[in-house]
Amino acid sequence: MQIPAPFDYVRATTVDNALELLARYGPESRVVAGGHSLLPMMKLRLSRPEWLIDINDLYELDFILRDGNKLRVGALTRHTTLLESEEVAALFPIVRDAEQVIADPVVRNRGTIGGSLCQADPAEDLSTVCDVLAAEAVIRGTGGERILPMAEFHRGPYETAVGPDELLCELRFPVRPRSGSAYEKVERRVGDWAVGAAGAAVFLAEDGTVEDAAVGLTALGLDHPVAEAAGVLRGKRPDEGLFAEAGRAAAAACNPVADQRGPVDYKRHLADELTRRVLRRACARAAAQMQEG
Amino acid sequence: MTVIHDRPSNPAAGDADRPIGYGRIQRKEDPRFVRGKGHYVDDIVLPGMLHGAILRAPVAHARLVSIDTTNALAHPKVVAVITGNDLLGLKLAWAPTLSADVQAVLVTDKVRFQGQEVAFVVAEDRYAARDALELIDVEYDVLPPLVDARKALDPDAPVIRDEIEGRTDNRIFDWEMGDKAATDAVFASADVVVGQEMVYPRVHPAPMETCGAVADFDAVSGKLTLYETTQAPHAHRTLFAIVAGIPEHKIRIVSPDIGGGFGNKVGIYPGYILAVVGSIVTGRPVKWVEDRSENLMSTSFARDYIMQGEIAATKEGKILALRTHVLADHGAFNATAQPTKNPAGFFSIFTGSYDLQAAHCSVTGVYTNKAPGGVAYACSFRVTEAVYLVERMVDVLARKLNMDPAELRLKNFIKPEQFPYANKTGWVYDSGNYEAAMRLSMQLAGYEDLRREQAEKRERGELMGIGVSFFTEVVGAGPRKHFDIVGLGMADGAELRVHPTGKAVVRLSVQSQGQGHETTFAQIVAEELGIPPEDIDIVHGDTDQTPFGLGTYGSRSTPVSGAAVALVARKVREKAKLIAGAMLETRPEDLEWEKGRWFVKGDPSAGKTIAEIAMGAHGTVALPEGVDGNLDAEVTYDPPNLTFPFGAYICVVDVDPGTGQVKVRRFIAVDDCGTRINPMIIEGQVHGGLTDGVGMALMEIIEFDEAGNCLGGSFMDYLIPTAMEVPDWETGFTVTPSPHHPIGAKGIGESATVGSPPAIVNAVVDALAPYGVTHMDMPCTPARVWAAMQGRARPPI
Ligand SMILES: Cc1cc2nc3c(=O)[nH]c(=O)nc-3n(C[C@H](O)[C@H](O)[C@H](O)COP(=O)(O)OP(=O)(O)OC[C@H]3O[C@@H](n4cnc5c(N)ncnc54)[C@H](O)[C@@H]3O)c2cc1C
Repeated sequence: MQIPAPFDYVRATTVDNALELLARYGPESRVVAGGHSLLPMMKLRLSRPEWLIDINDLYELDFILRDGNKLRVGALTRHTTLLESEEVAALFPIVRDAEQVIADPVVRNRGTIGGSLCQADPAEDLSTVCDVLAAEAVIRGTGGERILPMAEFHRGPYETAVGPDELLCELRFPVRPRSGSAYEKVERRVGDWAVGAAGAAVFLAEDGTVEDAAVGLTALGLDHPVAEAAGVLRGKRPDEGLFAEAGRAAAAACNPVADQRGPVDYKRHLADELTRRVLRRACARAAAQMQEG
Repeated sequence: MTVIHDRPSNPAAGDADRPIGYGRIQRKEDPRFVRGKGHYVDDIVLPGMLHGAILRAPVAHARLVSIDTTNALAHPKVVAVITGNDLLGLKLAWAPTLSADVQAVLVTDKVRFQGQEVAFVVAEDRYAARDALELIDVEYDVLPPLVDARKALDPDAPVIRDEIEGRTDNRIFDWEMGDKAATDAVFASADVVVGQEMVYPRVHPAPMETCGAVADFDAVSGKLTLYETTQAPHAHRTLFAIVAGIPEHKIRIVSPDIGGGFGNKVGIYPGYILAVVGSIVTGRPVKWVEDRSENLMSTSFARDYIMQGEIAATKEGKILALRTHVLADHGAFNATAQPTKNPAGFFSIFTGSYDLQAAHCSVTGVYTNKAPGGVAYACSFRVTEAVYLVERMVDVLARKLNMDPAELRLKNFIKPEQFPYANKTGWVYDSGNYEAAMRLSMQLAGYEDLRREQAEKRERGELMGIGVSFFTEVVGAGPRKHFDIVGLGMADGAELRVHPTGKAVVRLSVQSQGQGHETTFAQIVAEELGIPPEDIDIVHGDTDQTPFGLGTYGSRSTPVSGAAVALVARKVREKAKLIAGAMLETRPEDLEWEKGRWFVKGDPSAGKTIAEIAMGAHGTVALPEGVDGNLDAEVTYDPPNLTFPFGAYICVVDVDPGTGQVKVRRFIAVDDCGTRINPMIIEGQVHGGLTDGVGMALMEIIEFDEAGNCLGGSFMDYLIPTAMEVPDWETGFTVTPSPHHPIGAKGIGESATVGSPPAIVNAVVDALAPYGVTHMDMPCTPARVWAAMQGRARPPI
């Protein structure tokens, strides 16, 4: 048994109560959601919060809601809920693609989208998903609410715009017609973090050309979408040649580091290969959606 | 999961067709395990029990400058803190290893691997013990680490074992086997010679239950009761008597339910000794259970062999000779568990299943700043490395000769009529019919169709690989005249008592870590005596209650203790005959045996069942002279030879050409372990070993960085396979009994671990043939496979 350093524990009852507790216990306190990132780090004593503020009773943060041309997802929504949601799969197939390869059922039953994004592990899959879907993060503090685009939410590995006394409450995803998305990951074993992964979202114009596209990479040293890849596609009719060009752009833009999962050249190759694959699939899905009307 | 060829109508308990003896029955121990009623070391709670935790070295190589325990001792819940200096006073700072070396129990002079034991805290609870570790102040003077075995013998390499007088380098041993001159001569005149370096990386047994102990020293009686995660309780008792100086009759070792061993629980680790010292010092029971990172980083490893192989053959594909030199990384202390006189254990069985003219191997063992061990780990003492070497070499040759690898093997097998077969390095294989097993596996696989499918796929640029391996295992150590572990011979005792109502209890020295002993051994007695297996209890794992024997590892339980059990049952049967004669007023010679009963020849209605005879023995029947009033017996079995299980494995993989990901699509395993006692248990052992093989071939490795940091210290870093990485296993079998074993059984525990890695790697290399790849080392991770496809295959170490 790995034993964490001593800590105190309190269960928040509402979002306001959680914010109060965060204010009361200060920077040495930590919110715990699914606990699947925080608790392993505590057990290895890499993280030693003095207070754990448990937000698992905040059912108000556990929802998936269609609201006009937005899909709103509460921060406490579990991976499993996202994986199993037909509504999410129909609108954003990339989510199911990604959720299928995040950890294992035990982790997915507890782990949350909010915890994933706030943990901001460079190999975390949902950040890429949120990036390419142009999600917005709804953050609350005692002073009120702010809504940030992903570009402002990310602050680098293990860092986000969420302050020590704030809560991430919700993610909002814009719903667009004629769209398709996809995610693919290479892992050494099921449940392992990505060696590298790529996600893509494509929006077609009525004439079948690409109106807009986004390509994001996971664990490859880039925490924002690959602008060059989108540039390659915009205004063009999708084909293998374009995917290849976008793949090369992604490989050039990424900045991987060597580790036990693989050396730099391999990871750069994955950026290329996986970008092609997800664009191929995202475009096919968008085209299929267009056909269905 | 399995293709079952001989499933009876209903294997469930209560079936009237249920075999009394051999056959497929559910495991007697499983109701306990599936209901969560197993009882493991960490479940043991004794009155007044304290908890120990080990402070471990953060660096791989460093002089110990000072330890200050003041703050830890000031912790309100800390009862004692033990350091290397305290142990020096008790003459316990160093303990003998299983390979004629010593290992530091706690560091006194120098840290030699990251994770090494530095101090031991005993506290009121495990949380306090763990917290107090942070209160110990240690000053280290960091030294350059040596983690690359290839540099261990460089003149400027740091000398790791400088405490050994006169030691100026890191060489542990040079050892060789076989006829070098004869081998070199065959090589010199052979048509074809191919060589290949191959690495068997350092891997870890990683049992689900980590190692641990509860020590309870009774100062009044002087008796030490030690509950331990051990695969060898009797050997541990003797070793504790020698190490700790406690008289052997005052030591009781209890090995309760064990959550997997795989060789990890053969050795005596510092933690066990520290729990004992803690109990003696505090006068209270002390529990120590390591956490996962401690297990992965400090309690033993397996493999770590860098092998240079060469094979010589004729143009037509007749294999003539094999030679190899191995650089063996033994870590900081030579603690390898193995029972032979050879420092490389059974490695010299590397001639495999082939009829060779000559063979020679040499092994150089070196110290490095890594955890000690080199345990069996489901490898029958280095057979895993040996089989990997020969089976990869044969494939390398097949490629060179442009021959089908299955065909090349068929051409070179030892023939059935050649058994018993003396190989060129001194082993005498008991029995085998290799060609039959090979052909069965090819038939089950649909080998020709697979090759056709592969050719079609290659046309389309798809990467499919078919890998073959054929292994000969060597298990059941071993004859007393050749085998021992620190001077203890390897004969096993067995005791059988039949109670008055015909129910029986068997006492065994070997302990199960999941192999199903409570079922298999009951079935052996059932087969011999006709008592239903559920009426036979197995007592094991407690030295106060069982006869002496060397323990469970190297697939030795069935070959050695299984033989003892069969023989003790036969002894009881013969005694029952005498008693039945008295009861039936007949001469014993006139009695005939049918399962469960002696009857009068020619008059089957006049007979006595074992239960009736047992009641008679314990009752008032007038017993013949010299016959005691019981139905009990005991034996000690000294095996005349080892047993040599074998098997033919075929693996089919698909490789994603864009990412290098390997998918094991099919795996066909034909095993021959001689007589099959419980086919379901055999298949379970095979499934486990195959899964293990997938892990080693595709993902497992304990790596170190240049600073000597262990990079495999958690299950996030050290990957073991899940159900998602393995296919539906397709198993088959042939039966070639061992001629010298009382029931012809050979052992199956490690066959699949030994046989599967080369099949998988051969399949991966075969898949990559269009890229000109002729070899790649394990683990075949996506990145490493992709590098091989780019012509940049690199050894992992
Ligand atoms: C074995 C294993 C494998 C895994 N594999 C993958 C994988 O392949 N891909 C992947 O993406 N992830 C993987 N994960 C991580 C998993 O998805 C985690 O569940 C997730 O990263 C964190 O979610 P959580 O709800 O458990 O967060 P927690 O562990 O509870 O929290 C993580 C961090 O976020 C903070 N936090 C949580 N919720 C909020 C909130 N609403 N507002 C502000 N701060 C908050 C916490 O304070 C903490 O700092 C794996 C985890 C494990 C254990």
